[in-house]
Amino acid sequence: MSDQEKSLEVQKEEVALEEGAEWARDRRVFLPRSDIYETSDHIMAVVDIPGAREEDIHVTLEKNVLTINAYVEADHMEGYSLAYAEYEVGDYQRSFRLPDEIDRDKIEATYRDGVLRLRLPKAEGAKMRKIAIHTD
Amino acid sequence: MFVRRYRTPTVWREMERLQREMNRLYDAFSPRRYRTAPGYPAMNVWMAEDKLVVTSEVPGVAPKDIDVSVVNDTLTLSGERAPDAVEAGAQYHRSERGSGKFSRSLQLPYGVDANKVEATFKNGLLRIILPRKEEDKPRKIKVKS
Repeated sequence: MSDQEKSLEVQKEEVALEEGAEWARDRRVFLPRSDIYETSDHIMAVVDIPGAREEDIHVTLEKNVLTINAYVEADHMEGYSLAYAEYEVGDYQRSFRLPDEIDRDKIEATYRDGVLRLRLPKAEGAKMRKIAIHTD
Repeated sequence: MFVRRYRTPTVWREMERLQREMNRLYDAFSPRRYRTAPGYPAMNVWMAEDKLVVTSEVPGVAPKDIDVSVVNDTLTLSGERAPDAVEAGAQYHRSERGSGKFSRSLQLPYGVDANKVEATFKNGLLRIILPRKEEDKPRKIKVKS
């Protein structure tokens, strides 16, 4: 699949806020880079949230909207000064509207090496059924 | 009766919005000034008098696939991020996570002792501690009267 040939990128993309609104936390908020793919019985969401601790990741599914929130601790180091900086540390937030009904009880989430993987099984009724067409 | 409406003219509001936007931009670049990394991965260098700490976000790279090497004052990070093993027949809706090999060198502010370099990797965050070379440490010179 050509999609997988995508090269590694260094820039983080910030979440755009509506005019006049501000973040409650005094941090920048980034859009985590994500892959979403679908098979016949489940949807997979793979999200890069480096620096987040497992307990600071919050995933919710409301109706068909999957929301991922991850808080990242400030990187300030006592006794050190930041001599050279290429990336900024901040929280992550992103929402996706899923194309199908999800069986909420069977969602599996794993987190390893800064990558969150969500396996969202499709609800029985939403699985694709092939409809045979009869001719007279 | 004539009621006067106090409404900020649209132009002013637009100016205010612009000002806020400018402030936000300045905030983003100060007091820290961020540069765009010329290659993957982006690195931050924290400096103390006798030690450097280099941090880098490399999510999805297994610790065994990261190579850290130091020669004098040059740090080289290389490795590979493997693509996901995806079931056959899967249909992609979104593919933003890159994969492949990477290698990058960075010149450090001072020479470090390569034998004492330590690296840890946690939650996709690489942290390398590099103690300063003994002979490179600044010497305090006493002023005699």
